Amino acid sequence: MTESLISYDDAIAAFDPAMGLEVHVELNTNTKMFCGCAVEFGAEPNTQTCPTCLGLPGSLPVINGRAVESAIRIGLALNCEIAAWCRMARKNYFYPDMPKNFQTSQYDEPIAFDGYLDVEVDGETFRVEIERAHMEEDTGKSLHVGGATGRIQGADYSLVDYNRAGIPLIEIVTRPITGAGAKAPAVAKAYVATLRDLLLGLDVSDVRMEQGSMRCDVNLSLAPKGSEVLGTRTETKNVNSLRSVERAARYEVSRQATLLTDGTSILQETRHWHEDTGVTTSGREKSDADDYRYFPEPDLVPVAPSREWVAELKAALPEPLRVKRARLQTDWGFTDLEMRDVVASDAVVLIEQTVAAGTTPQAARKWWVAELTRRANSDGVELTELPITPAQVAAIQALVDAGEINDKLARQVFEGVLAGEGEPAAVVASRGLAVVSDDGALGEAIDRAIEANPDVAEKIRDGKHAAAGALIGAVMKDMKGQADAGRVRELVLEKLT
Amino acid sequence: MPEITRDEVRHLADLARIELDDAELDHIAPQLSVILESIASIAEVAAAEIPPTSHAIPLTNVFREDVVRPSLTAEQALSGAPASEQQRFSVPRILGDEQ
Repeated sequence: MTESLISYDDAIAAFDPAMGLEVHVELNTNTKMFCGCAVEFGAEPNTQTCPTCLGLPGSLPVINGRAVESAIRIGLALNCEIAAWCRMARKNYFYPDMPKNFQTSQYDEPIAFDGYLDVEVDGETFRVEIERAHMEEDTGKSLHVGGATGRIQGADYSLVDYNRAGIPLIEIVTRPITGAGAKAPAVAKAYVATLRDLLLGLDVSDVRMEQGSMRCDVNLSLAPKGSEVLGTRTETKNVNSLRSVERAARYEVSRQATLLTDGTSILQETRHWHEDTGVTTSGREKSDADDYRYFPEPDLVPVAPSREWVAELKAALPEPLRVKRARLQTDWGFTDLEMRDVVASDAVVLIEQTVAAGTTPQAARKWWVAELTRRANSDGVELTELPITPAQVAAIQALVDAGEINDKLARQVFEGVLAGEGEPAAVVASRGLAVVSDDGALGEAIDRAIEANPDVAEKIRDGKHAAAGALIGAVMKDMKGQADAGRVRELVLEKLT
Repeated sequence: MPEITRDEVRHLADLARIELDDAELDHIAPQLSVILESIASIAEVAAAEIPPTSHAIPLTNVFREDVVRPSLTAEQALSGAPASEQQRFSVPRILGDEQ
Protein backbone atom coordinates (compact mmCIF):
# COMPACT_ATOMS: atom_id res chain seq x y z
CA MET A 1 0.00 0.00 0.00
CA THR A 2 2.90 2.33 0.77
CA GLU A 3 3.94 2.49 -2.90
CA SER A 4 0.50 3.47 -4.07
CA LEU A 5 -0.09 6.41 -1.70
CA ILE A 6 -1.06 9.58 -3.51
CA SER A 7 1.39 12.42 -3.10
CA TYR A 8 1.08 14.99 -0.34
CA ASP A 9 0.54 17.79 -2.88
CA ASP A 10 -2.30 15.90 -4.58
CA ALA A 11 -3.82 14.98 -1.22
CA ILE A 12 -3.79 18.55 0.03
CA ALA A 13 -5.26 19.83 -3.23
CA ALA A 14 -8.38 17.74 -2.62
CA PHE A 15 -8.70 17.68 1.18
CA ASP A 16 -8.42 20.01 4.18
CA PRO A 17 -6.72 18.53 7.23
CA ALA A 18 -7.90 19.11 10.80
CA MET A 19 -5.39 18.30 13.51
CA GLY A 20 -5.47 17.95 17.25
CA LEU A 21 -2.25 17.65 19.22
CA GLU A 22 -1.86 16.06 22.63
CA VAL A 23 1.45 16.74 24.30
CA HIS A 24 2.55 15.02 27.50
CA VAL A 25 5.21 16.79 29.52
CA GLU A 26 7.04 15.29 32.49
CA LEU A 27 7.63 17.96 35.13
CA ASN A 28 11.12 18.47 36.55
CA THR A 29 10.04 18.28 40.18
CA ASN A 30 12.32 16.51 42.66
CA THR A 31 9.69 13.92 43.49
CA LYS A 32 6.75 12.06 42.02
CA MET A 33 3.19 13.38 41.79
CA PHE A 34 1.80 11.54 44.81
CA CYS A 35 4.80 10.27 46.79
CA GLY A 36 8.32 11.28 47.78
CA CYS A 37 10.19 8.98 45.38
CA ALA A 38 12.93 10.63 43.32
CA VAL A 39 12.41 11.00 39.57
CA GLU A 40 15.93 10.81 38.17
CA PHE A 41 16.21 9.70 34.55
CA GLY A 42 18.25 6.56 33.96
CA ALA A 43 18.24 5.14 37.50
CA GLU A 44 18.55 1.38 37.99
CA PRO A 45 15.18 -0.39 37.48
CA ASN A 46 12.72 -0.27 40.40
CA THR A 47 14.98 1.75 42.71
CA GLN A 48 12.63 4.77 42.76
CA THR A 49 9.44 3.14 44.01
CA CYS A 50 7.48 2.96 47.25
CA PRO A 51 4.18 1.44 48.42
CA THR A 52 2.23 4.42 47.01
CA CYS A 53 3.55 4.36 43.44
CA LEU A 54 3.52 0.55 43.44
CA GLY A 55 -0.15 0.68 44.40
CA LEU A 56 0.29 -1.50 47.47
CA PRO A 57 -2.73 -1.93 49.77
CA GLY A 58 -3.12 0.71 52.47
CA SER A 59 -0.88 3.31 50.84
CA LEU A 60 -2.24 6.81 50.39
CA PRO A 61 -1.25 9.46 47.84
CA VAL A 62 -0.56 13.13 48.67
CA ILE A 63 -0.31 15.72 45.89
CA ASN A 64 3.06 17.33 45.20
CA GLY A 65 2.46 21.08 45.74
CA ARG A 66 5.19 22.11 43.36
CA ALA A 67 3.63 20.04 40.56
CA VAL A 68 0.37 21.95 41.05
CA GLU A 69 2.30 25.22 40.93
CA SER A 70 4.00 24.14 37.67
CA ALA A 71 0.65 23.12 36.19
CA ILE A 72 -0.82 26.54 37.00
CA ARG A 73 2.21 28.35 35.56
CA ILE A 74 1.98 26.28 32.34
CA GLY A 75 -1.74 27.08 32.12
CA LEU A 76 -1.11 30.79 32.61
CA ALA A 77 1.71 30.85 30.03
CA LEU A 78 -0.73 29.23 27.58
CA ASN A 79 -3.25 32.02 28.28
CA CYS A 80 -5.62 29.57 29.99
CA GLU A 81 -8.25 30.05 32.65
CA ILE A 82 -7.23 28.40 35.92
CA ALA A 83 -9.93 26.34 37.63
CA ALA A 84 -11.06 27.73 40.98
CA TRP A 85 -11.77 24.17 42.12
CA CYS A 86 -11.00 20.86 40.50
CA ARG A 87 -10.52 17.22 41.35
CA MET A 88 -8.26 14.38 40.40
CA ALA A 89 -10.00 11.36 38.87
CA ARG A 90 -9.31 7.69 38.45
CA LYS A 91 -8.96 6.45 34.90
CA ASN A 92 -9.54 2.73 35.22
CA TYR A 93 -7.83 0.26 32.93
CA PHE A 94 -5.97 -3.00 33.25
CA TYR A 95 -2.50 -2.76 31.88
CA PRO A 96 0.67 -3.61 33.78
CA ASP A 97 2.25 -0.18 33.19
CA MET A 98 0.11 1.07 36.11
CA PRO A 99 0.35 -1.20 39.15
CA LYS A 100 -2.78 0.36 40.70
CA ASN A 101 -4.94 -0.68 37.73
CA PHE A 102 -5.87 2.96 37.33
CA GLN A 103 -4.07 6.14 36.43
CA THR A 104 -4.70 9.16 38.63
CA SER A 105 -5.60 11.91 36.19
CA GLN A 106 -8.18 14.63 35.71
CA TYR A 107 -11.38 14.13 33.79
CA ASP A 108 -13.98 16.86 33.32
CA GLU A 109 -12.30 19.34 35.68
CA PRO A 110 -8.86 20.16 34.24
CA ILE A 111 -6.79 22.65 36.22
CA ALA A 112 -6.33 24.85 33.13
CA PHE A 113 -8.58 25.37 30.11
CA ASP A 114 -9.47 27.69 27.19
CA GLY A 115 -6.09 29.10 26.21
CA TYR A 116 -4.02 29.60 23.09
CA LEU A 117 -0.48 29.61 21.77
CA ASP A 118 0.60 31.65 18.74
CA VAL A 119 3.11 29.91 16.51
CA GLU A 120 4.97 31.14 13.47
CA VAL A 121 5.46 29.35 10.15
CA ASP A 122 7.33 31.12 7.33
CA GLY A 123 6.66 34.48 8.95
CA GLU A 124 2.92 33.81 9.23
CA THR A 125 1.28 33.55 12.66
CA PHE A 126 -1.17 30.74 13.46
CA ARG A 127 -3.16 30.78 16.69
CA VAL A 128 -3.43 27.30 18.16
CA GLU A 129 -6.29 27.09 20.64
CA ILE A 130 -5.68 25.12 23.81
CA GLU A 131 -8.65 23.15 25.06
CA ARG A 132 -7.17 22.05 28.35
CA ALA A 133 -4.05 21.25 30.34
CA HIS A 134 -4.52 18.72 33.09
CA MET A 135 -2.45 17.00 35.76
CA GLU A 136 -1.80 13.29 35.82
CA GLU A 137 0.97 10.77 36.45
CA ASP A 138 3.29 8.92 34.11
CA THR A 139 3.22 5.14 33.71
CA GLY A 140 5.90 2.46 34.14
CA LYS A 141 8.15 1.27 31.34
CA SER A 142 7.82 -2.21 29.83
CA LEU A 143 10.37 -4.41 28.12
CA HIS A 144 8.80 -7.07 25.93
CA VAL A 145 10.57 -10.42 25.92
CA GLY A 146 10.34 -12.94 23.10
CA GLY A 147 8.76 -12.30 19.72
CA ALA A 148 10.21 -9.95 17.16
CA THR A 149 12.42 -6.96 18.01
CA GLY A 150 11.06 -6.15 21.43
CA ARG A 151 7.56 -5.33 20.17
CA ILE A 152 4.54 -6.07 22.30
CA GLN A 153 3.01 -8.13 19.48
CA GLY A 154 4.11 -11.73 19.76
CA ALA A 155 5.98 -11.21 23.04
CA ASP A 156 5.99 -14.12 25.50
CA TYR A 157 5.96 -11.91 28.57
CA SER A 158 6.96 -8.43 29.68
CA LEU A 159 9.24 -6.92 32.32
CA VAL A 160 8.14 -3.72 34.04
CA ASP A 161 10.17 -0.97 35.71
CA TYR A 162 8.04 1.35 37.85
CA ASN A 163 10.61 4.14 38.32
CA ARG A 164 8.63 6.29 35.87
CA ALA A 165 5.22 5.37 37.31
CA GLY A 166 3.92 8.39 39.19
CA ILE A 167 6.18 11.09 37.70
CA PRO A 168 4.11 14.29 37.43
CA LEU A 169 2.77 14.71 33.92
CA ILE A 170 0.88 17.57 32.32
CA GLU A 171 -1.22 16.72 29.27
CA ILE A 172 -1.83 19.69 26.99
CA VAL A 173 -4.62 19.24 24.46
CA THR A 174 -5.36 21.57 21.54
CA ARG A 175 -8.70 22.20 19.90
CA PRO A 176 -8.84 21.02 16.27
CA ILE A 177 -6.44 23.10 14.19
CA THR A 178 -8.15 23.92 10.91
CA GLY A 179 -7.51 26.32 8.06
CA ALA A 180 -3.77 25.71 7.85
CA GLY A 181 -4.17 23.75 4.61
CA ALA A 182 -0.88 22.50 3.19
CA LYS A 183 0.97 24.08 6.10
CA ALA A 184 -0.82 21.97 8.72
CA PRO A 185 2.11 19.58 9.32
CA ALA A 186 4.50 22.55 9.59
CA VAL A 187 2.12 24.23 12.05
CA ALA A 188 2.09 21.04 14.12
CA LYS A 189 5.88 21.01 14.25
CA ALA A 190 6.05 24.73 15.03
CA TYR A 191 3.49 24.29 17.82
CA VAL A 192 5.48 21.54 19.50
CA ALA A 193 8.75 23.51 19.10
CA THR A 194 7.16 26.69 20.46
CA LEU A 195 5.57 24.81 23.34
CA ARG A 196 8.93 23.25 24.15
CA ASP A 197 10.65 26.67 24.23
CA LEU A 198 7.84 28.05 26.40
CA LEU A 199 8.19 25.18 28.89
CA LEU A 200 11.97 25.60 28.89
CA GLY A 201 11.50 29.29 29.68
CA LEU A 202 9.21 28.36 32.60
CA ASP A 203 11.82 25.85 33.83
CA VAL A 204 9.10 23.29 34.57
CA SER A 205 10.45 20.39 32.50
CA ASP A 206 13.59 19.15 30.79
CA VAL A 207 11.43 18.81 27.64
CA ARG A 208 13.82 16.27 26.10
CA MET A 209 11.81 14.54 23.39
CA GLU A 210 14.55 11.95 22.83
CA GLN A 211 14.41 11.01 26.52
CA GLY A 212 10.63 10.93 26.54
CA SER A 213 10.11 13.87 28.90
CA MET A 214 7.98 15.42 26.14
CA ARG A 215 5.82 13.22 23.93
CA CYS A 216 3.29 14.02 21.23
CA ASP A 217 0.20 12.32 19.83
CA VAL A 218 -1.08 13.62 16.50
CA ASN A 219 -4.80 13.36 15.78
CA LEU A 220 -5.65 14.03 12.19
CA SER A 221 -8.68 13.88 9.94
CA LEU A 222 -9.44 15.02 6.42
CA ALA A 223 -12.50 16.68 4.97
CA PRO A 224 -13.16 17.26 1.27
CA LYS A 225 -11.98 20.76 0.39
CA GLY A 226 -14.58 23.36 1.26
CA SER A 227 -16.58 21.00 3.49
CA GLU A 228 -17.16 22.11 7.06
CA VAL A 229 -17.67 18.59 8.37
CA LEU A 230 -14.75 16.97 10.21
CA GLY A 231 -13.80 13.54 8.92
CA THR A 232 -13.01 10.42 10.96
CA ARG A 233 -9.78 10.92 12.84
CA THR A 234 -6.85 8.70 13.63
CA GLU A 235 -4.63 9.13 16.66
CA THR A 236 -0.95 8.58 15.92
CA LYS A 237 1.10 7.78 19.01
CA ASN A 238 4.81 7.59 19.65
CA VAL A 239 5.72 10.74 17.71
CA ASN A 240 8.77 11.71 19.64
CA SER A 241 10.78 14.24 17.70
CA LEU A 242 9.94 17.55 16.05
CA ARG A 243 10.72 16.19 12.59
CA SER A 244 8.48 13.20 13.24
CA VAL A 245 5.55 15.42 14.18
CA GLU A 246 5.68 16.97 10.72
CA ARG A 247 6.48 13.73 8.90
CA ALA A 248 3.76 11.73 10.67
CA ALA A 249 1.16 14.40 9.89
CA ARG A 250 2.20 14.48 6.21
CA TYR A 251 2.07 10.70 6.04
CA GLU A 252 -1.41 10.53 7.54
CA VAL A 253 -2.64 13.18 5.09
CA SER A 254 -1.43 11.07 2.15
CA ARG A 255 -2.64 7.79 3.62
CA GLN A 256 -6.12 9.03 4.49
CA ALA A 257 -6.47 10.85 1.15
CA THR A 258 -5.57 7.63 -0.65
CA LEU A 259 -8.27 5.68 1.21
CA LEU A 260 -10.90 8.39 0.81
CA THR A 261 -10.18 8.76 -2.90
CA ASP A 262 -10.66 5.01 -3.24
CA GLY A 263 -14.01 5.33 -1.50
CA THR A 264 -12.75 3.48 1.58
CA SER A 265 -13.73 4.92 4.92
CA ILE A 266 -11.20 5.82 7.60
CA LEU A 267 -11.14 3.63 10.67
CA GLN A 268 -11.15 5.53 13.96
CA GLU A 269 -8.10 3.95 15.55
CA THR A 270 -4.80 4.38 17.29
CA ARG A 271 -1.84 4.23 14.93
CA HIS A 272 1.84 3.84 15.68
CA TRP A 273 4.52 6.02 14.08
CA HIS A 274 7.69 4.32 12.93
CA GLU A 275 10.58 6.75 12.85
CA ASP A 276 12.81 4.41 10.79
CA THR A 277 10.42 3.68 7.93
CA GLY A 278 8.42 6.93 8.09
CA VAL A 279 5.02 5.25 8.11
CA THR A 280 2.18 4.74 10.58
CA THR A 281 0.68 1.33 11.20
CA SER A 282 -2.60 0.31 12.75
CA GLY A 283 -2.55 -0.15 16.51
CA ARG A 284 -4.91 -2.24 18.50
CA GLU A 285 -8.54 -1.71 17.70
CA LYS A 286 -10.01 -0.99 21.08
CA SER A 287 -13.74 -0.70 20.68
CA ASP A 288 -14.48 -0.29 24.38
CA ALA A 289 -11.18 1.25 25.45
CA ASP A 290 -12.85 4.61 26.00
CA ASP A 291 -14.83 3.06 28.78
CA TYR A 292 -12.39 4.12 31.48
CA ARG A 293 -15.11 4.51 34.11
CA TYR A 294 -13.65 7.75 35.42
CA PHE A 295 -14.69 8.78 38.90
CA PRO A 296 -13.40 11.37 41.39
CA GLU A 297 -10.36 10.10 43.27
CA PRO A 298 -11.58 9.42 46.80
CA ASP A 299 -8.07 9.39 48.30
CA LEU A 300 -7.27 12.97 47.30
CA VAL A 301 -9.07 16.15 48.28
CA PRO A 302 -9.91 18.76 45.62
CA VAL A 303 -7.38 21.32 44.40
CA ALA A 304 -8.68 24.87 44.80
CA PRO A 305 -5.96 27.38 43.92
CA SER A 306 -6.73 30.73 45.54
CA ARG A 307 -7.05 33.67 43.17
CA GLU A 308 -4.26 35.39 45.10
CA TRP A 309 -1.90 32.49 44.46
CA VAL A 310 -2.78 32.41 40.76
CA ALA A 311 -2.26 36.19 40.47
CA GLU A 312 1.08 35.87 42.23
CA LEU A 313 2.21 33.12 39.86
CA LYS A 314 1.00 35.11 36.88
CA ALA A 315 2.92 38.21 37.94
CA ALA A 316 6.09 36.15 38.26
CA LEU A 317 5.87 34.51 34.82
CA PRO A 318 8.84 35.09 32.51
CA GLU A 319 8.24 37.41 29.55
CA PRO A 320 6.05 35.83 26.82
CA LEU A 321 7.92 33.97 24.09
CA ARG A 322 7.01 36.45 21.34
CA VAL A 323 8.19 39.38 23.42
CA LYS A 324 11.34 37.52 24.31
CA ARG A 325 12.11 36.66 20.70
CA ALA A 326 11.57 40.26 19.62
CA ARG A 327 13.92 41.40 22.39
CA LEU A 328 16.55 38.80 21.46
CA GLN A 329 16.37 39.85 17.80
CA THR A 330 17.03 43.46 18.82
CA ASP A 331 19.77 42.49 21.27
CA TRP A 332 21.44 40.28 18.70
CA GLY A 333 21.03 42.74 15.84
CA PHE A 334 19.59 40.09 13.51
CA THR A 335 17.54 41.04 10.45
CA ASP A 336 13.98 39.66 10.17
CA LEU A 337 15.24 37.13 7.65
CA GLU A 338 18.11 36.04 9.87
CA MET A 339 15.78 35.66 12.84
CA ARG A 340 13.30 33.67 10.75
CA ASP A 341 16.10 31.28 9.78
CA VAL A 342 17.11 30.98 13.42
CA VAL A 343 13.52 30.11 14.41
CA ALA A 344 13.13 27.72 11.48
CA SER A 345 16.39 26.00 12.44
CA ASP A 346 15.09 25.68 15.98
CA ALA A 347 18.22 27.45 17.20
CA VAL A 348 16.86 30.29 19.37
CA VAL A 349 17.62 28.69 22.73
CA LEU A 350 20.91 27.22 21.50
CA ILE A 351 22.10 30.64 20.31
CA GLU A 352 20.91 32.23 23.53
CA GLN A 353 22.99 29.75 25.53
CA THR A 354 26.01 30.15 23.23
CA VAL A 355 25.86 33.93 23.54
CA ALA A 356 25.59 33.54 27.31
CA ALA A 357 28.81 31.53 27.15
CA GLY A 358 30.60 34.51 25.64
CA THR A 359 30.20 34.22 21.85
CA THR A 360 29.00 37.08 19.66
CA PRO A 361 25.45 36.59 18.33
CA GLN A 362 26.61 36.60 14.70
CA ALA A 363 29.24 33.93 15.34
CA ALA A 364 26.75 31.81 17.30
CA ARG A 365 24.24 32.17 14.47
CA LYS A 366 26.84 31.28 11.84
CA TRP A 367 27.76 28.00 13.53
CA TRP A 368 24.26 26.88 14.60
CA VAL A 369 22.25 27.96 11.58
CA ALA A 370 24.76 27.35 8.80
CA GLU A 371 27.24 24.70 9.90
CA LEU A 372 25.36 22.61 12.45
CA THR A 373 21.87 22.78 10.90
CA ARG A 374 23.34 21.39 7.69
CA ARG A 375 24.97 18.62 9.68
CA ALA A 376 21.74 17.83 11.58
CA ASN A 377 19.79 17.68 8.31
CA SER A 378 22.27 15.35 6.66
CA ASP A 379 22.31 13.13 9.76
CA GLY A 380 18.50 13.19 9.94
CA VAL A 381 18.42 14.36 13.56
CA GLU A 382 17.18 17.42 15.44
CA LEU A 383 19.63 20.28 15.88
CA THR A 384 19.22 19.91 19.65
CA GLU A 385 20.13 16.23 19.41
CA LEU A 386 23.56 16.80 17.89
CA PRO A 387 26.18 15.68 20.40
CA ILE A 388 27.55 19.19 20.88
CA THR A 389 26.67 21.76 23.53
CA PRO A 390 26.39 25.56 23.34
CA ALA A 391 29.39 25.69 25.71
CA GLN A 392 31.46 23.67 23.23
CA VAL A 393 30.43 25.92 20.34
CA ALA A 394 31.44 28.92 22.44
CA ALA A 395 34.79 27.25 23.23
CA ILE A 396 35.48 26.69 19.52
CA GLN A 397 34.67 30.30 18.69
CA ALA A 398 36.93 31.39 21.56
CA LEU A 399 39.78 29.44 19.94
CA VAL A 400 39.06 31.26 16.66
CA ASP A 401 38.98 34.62 18.44
CA ALA A 402 42.29 33.84 20.13
CA GLY A 403 43.84 33.14 16.72
CA GLU A 404 44.62 29.55 17.61
CA ILE A 405 42.46 28.21 14.80
CA ASN A 406 40.70 29.78 11.83
CA ASP A 407 37.15 29.16 10.55
CA LYS A 408 38.31 26.41 8.23
CA LEU A 409 40.07 24.54 11.05
CA ALA A 410 37.09 25.24 13.29
CA ARG A 411 34.96 23.12 10.96
CA GLN A 412 37.33 20.23 11.57
CA VAL A 413 37.08 20.83 15.32
CA PHE A 414 33.26 20.64 14.99
CA GLU A 415 33.66 17.33 13.19
CA GLY A 416 35.91 16.05 15.96
CA VAL A 417 33.58 17.10 18.77
CA LEU A 418 30.57 15.61 16.93
CA ALA A 419 32.54 12.39 16.44
CA GLY A 420 33.00 12.15 20.19
CA GLU A 421 36.71 12.98 20.24
CA GLY A 422 36.35 15.18 23.29
CA GLU A 423 36.33 18.87 24.13
CA PRO A 424 37.36 21.39 21.43
CA ALA A 425 40.85 22.02 22.88
CA ALA A 426 41.50 18.27 23.01
CA VAL A 427 40.37 17.88 19.39
CA VAL A 428 42.70 20.69 18.31
CA ALA A 429 45.58 18.95 20.09
CA SER A 430 44.85 15.39 18.97
CA ARG A 431 44.18 16.34 15.36
CA GLY A 432 47.09 18.80 15.28
CA LEU A 433 44.83 21.61 14.07
CA ALA A 434 46.35 24.70 15.66
CA VAL A 435 47.31 27.42 13.20
CA VAL A 436 51.01 27.90 12.72
CA SER A 437 51.81 31.19 14.38
CA ASP A 438 55.53 30.43 14.32
CA ASP A 439 56.84 33.25 12.09
CA GLY A 440 59.81 31.10 11.09
CA ALA A 441 57.67 28.37 9.54
CA LEU A 442 55.36 30.93 7.99
CA GLY A 443 58.39 32.85 6.63
CA GLU A 444 59.68 29.76 4.88
CA ALA A 445 56.29 29.10 3.31
CA ILE A 446 56.10 32.73 2.17
CA ASP A 447 59.55 32.48 0.61
CA ARG A 448 58.44 29.40 -1.29
CA ALA A 449 55.29 31.22 -2.49
CA ILE A 450 57.30 34.26 -3.66
CA GLU A 451 59.69 31.99 -5.53
CA ALA A 452 56.83 30.19 -7.26
CA ASN A 453 54.99 33.42 -8.14
CA PRO A 454 57.66 35.98 -9.06
CA ASP A 455 55.27 38.09 -11.16
CA VAL A 456 52.84 38.48 -8.23
CA ALA A 457 55.69 39.40 -5.90
CA GLU A 458 56.80 42.04 -8.41
CA LYS A 459 53.34 43.65 -8.47
CA ILE A 460 53.33 43.90 -4.69
CA ARG A 461 56.78 45.45 -4.73
CA ASP A 462 55.30 47.98 -7.18
CA GLY A 463 52.74 48.90 -4.51
CA LYS A 464 49.80 46.82 -5.73
CA HIS A 465 48.91 45.41 -2.33
CA ALA A 466 45.69 43.92 -3.66
CA ALA A 467 47.78 41.30 -5.43
CA ALA A 468 48.82 39.89 -2.05
CA GLY A 469 45.74 37.67 -2.06
CA ALA A 470 47.31 35.27 -4.56
CA LEU A 471 50.40 34.82 -2.36
CA ILE A 472 48.30 34.42 0.81
CA GLY A 473 46.29 31.72 -0.97
CA ALA A 474 49.46 29.90 -1.97
CA VAL A 475 50.81 30.07 1.59
CA MET A 476 47.53 28.85 3.09
CA LYS A 477 47.57 25.93 0.66
CA ASP A 478 51.18 25.17 1.54
CA MET A 479 50.28 25.24 5.25
CA LYS A 480 47.22 23.03 4.65
CA GLY A 481 44.99 25.80 5.94
CA GLN A 482 46.67 25.88 9.33
CA ALA A 483 47.75 29.49 9.22
CA ASP A 484 46.25 32.77 10.27
CA ALA A 485 45.56 34.54 6.98
CA GLY A 486 45.81 37.96 8.61
CA ARG A 487 49.27 37.25 9.96
CA VAL A 488 50.38 35.85 6.59
CA ARG A 489 49.29 39.06 4.92
CA GLU A 490 51.26 41.13 7.41
CA LEU A 491 54.38 39.05 6.86
CA VAL A 492 54.04 39.12 3.02
CA LEU A 493 53.73 42.89 2.98
CA GLU A 494 56.58 43.22 5.47
CA LYS A 495 58.83 41.15 3.25
CA LEU A 496 58.00 42.83 -0.06
CA THR A 497 57.53 46.49 0.82
CA MET B 1 -36.63 4.34 36.82
CA PRO B 2 -32.99 3.51 36.06
CA GLU B 3 -32.45 -0.09 35.18
CA ILE B 4 -29.25 -1.84 34.40
CA THR B 5 -29.48 -4.49 31.72
CA ARG B 6 -27.87 -7.87 31.68
CA ASP B 7 -25.72 -6.79 28.73
CA GLU B 8 -24.50 -3.72 30.60
CA VAL B 9 -23.53 -5.86 33.58
CA ARG B 10 -21.73 -8.25 31.28
CA HIS B 11 -19.86 -5.33 29.69
CA LEU B 12 -18.90 -3.84 33.06
CA ALA B 13 -17.78 -7.22 34.36
CA ASP B 14 -15.67 -7.57 31.26
CA LEU B 15 -14.06 -4.16 31.82
CA ALA B 16 -13.37 -5.06 35.44
CA ARG B 17 -11.97 -8.47 34.40
CA ILE B 18 -14.58 -10.27 36.49
CA GLU B 19 -15.84 -13.51 35.02
CA LEU B 20 -19.58 -13.96 35.44
CA ASP B 21 -21.56 -16.91 34.13
CA ASP B 22 -25.20 -16.70 32.99
CA ALA B 23 -26.58 -17.67 36.39
CA GLU B 24 -24.51 -14.99 38.10
CA LEU B 25 -25.60 -12.37 35.58
CA ASP B 26 -29.26 -13.28 36.20
CA HIS B 27 -28.65 -12.90 39.91
CA ILE B 28 -26.61 -9.67 39.92
CA ALA B 29 -28.32 -7.55 37.25
CA PRO B 30 -31.59 -7.09 39.20
CA GLN B 31 -29.64 -6.43 42.42
CA LEU B 32 -27.68 -3.63 40.77
CA SER B 33 -30.93 -2.19 39.45
CA VAL B 34 -32.27 -2.00 42.98
CA ILE B 35 -29.13 -0.18 44.12
CA LEU B 36 -29.46 2.31 41.27
CA GLU B 37 -33.08 2.93 42.19
CA SER B 38 -32.11 3.63 45.78
CA ILE B 39 -29.47 6.13 44.64
CA ALA B 40 -32.02 7.73 42.32
CA SER B 41 -34.39 8.35 45.20
CA ILE B 42 -31.62 10.27 46.98
CA ALA B 43 -31.15 12.35 43.84
CA GLU B 44 -34.85 13.26 44.01
CA VAL B 45 -34.43 14.62 47.51
CA ALA B 46 -31.26 16.60 46.75
CA ALA B 47 -32.29 20.08 45.72
CA ALA B 48 -30.37 22.30 43.33
CA GLU B 49 -28.59 24.11 46.15
CA ILE B 50 -26.98 20.88 47.38
CA PRO B 51 -23.80 20.24 45.42
CA PRO B 52 -22.79 16.68 44.57
CA THR B 53 -20.42 15.30 47.19
CA SER B 54 -17.39 13.25 46.33
CA HIS B 55 -15.54 13.62 49.63
CA ALA B 56 -16.77 13.22 53.17
CA ILE B 57 -14.57 16.00 54.54
CA PRO B 58 -14.68 19.59 53.23
CA LEU B 59 -10.92 19.99 52.80
CA THR B 60 -9.00 21.31 49.79
CA ASN B 61 -5.34 21.84 48.88
CA VAL B 62 -3.63 19.18 50.92
CA PHE B 63 -0.17 19.32 49.40
CA ARG B 64 3.18 17.72 50.06
CA GLU B 65 6.56 19.49 49.97
CA ASP B 66 8.61 18.48 46.93
CA VAL B 67 11.23 16.74 49.06
CA VAL B 68 12.70 13.34 48.22
CA ARG B 69 12.04 10.56 50.71
CA PRO B 70 13.84 7.24 50.66
CA SER B 71 12.41 4.71 48.23
CA LEU B 72 12.27 0.97 48.73
CA THR B 73 15.26 -1.00 47.51
CA ALA B 74 14.68 -2.96 44.32
CA GLU B 75 14.76 -6.16 46.40
CA GLN B 76 12.04 -4.83 48.71
CA ALA B 77 9.97 -3.56 45.78
CA LEU B 78 10.14 -6.91 44.04
CA SER B 79 9.67 -9.01 47.18
CA GLY B 80 5.93 -9.33 46.63
CA ALA B 81 6.17 -10.06 42.93
CA PRO B 82 5.24 -13.59 41.85
CA ALA B 83 8.07 -13.42 39.30
CA SER B 84 10.87 -11.02 38.47
CA GLU B 85 13.73 -10.85 36.03
CA GLN B 86 16.45 -8.27 35.33
CA GLN B 87 15.33 -6.37 38.47
CA ARG B 88 11.90 -5.88 36.88
CA PHE B 89 8.41 -7.20 37.54
CA SER B 90 7.67 -10.06 35.21
CA VAL B 91 4.11 -9.95 33.90
CA PRO B 92 2.21 -12.36 31.66
CA ARG B 93 1.85 -11.67 27.98
CA ILE B 94 -0.02 -8.37 27.63
CA LEU B 95 -1.67 -8.86 24.24
CA GLY B 96 -3.70 -11.99 24.75
CA ASP B 97 -6.56 -13.66 22.98
CA GLU B 98 -7.94 -10.53 21.39
CA GLN B 99 -4.78 -10.11 19.26
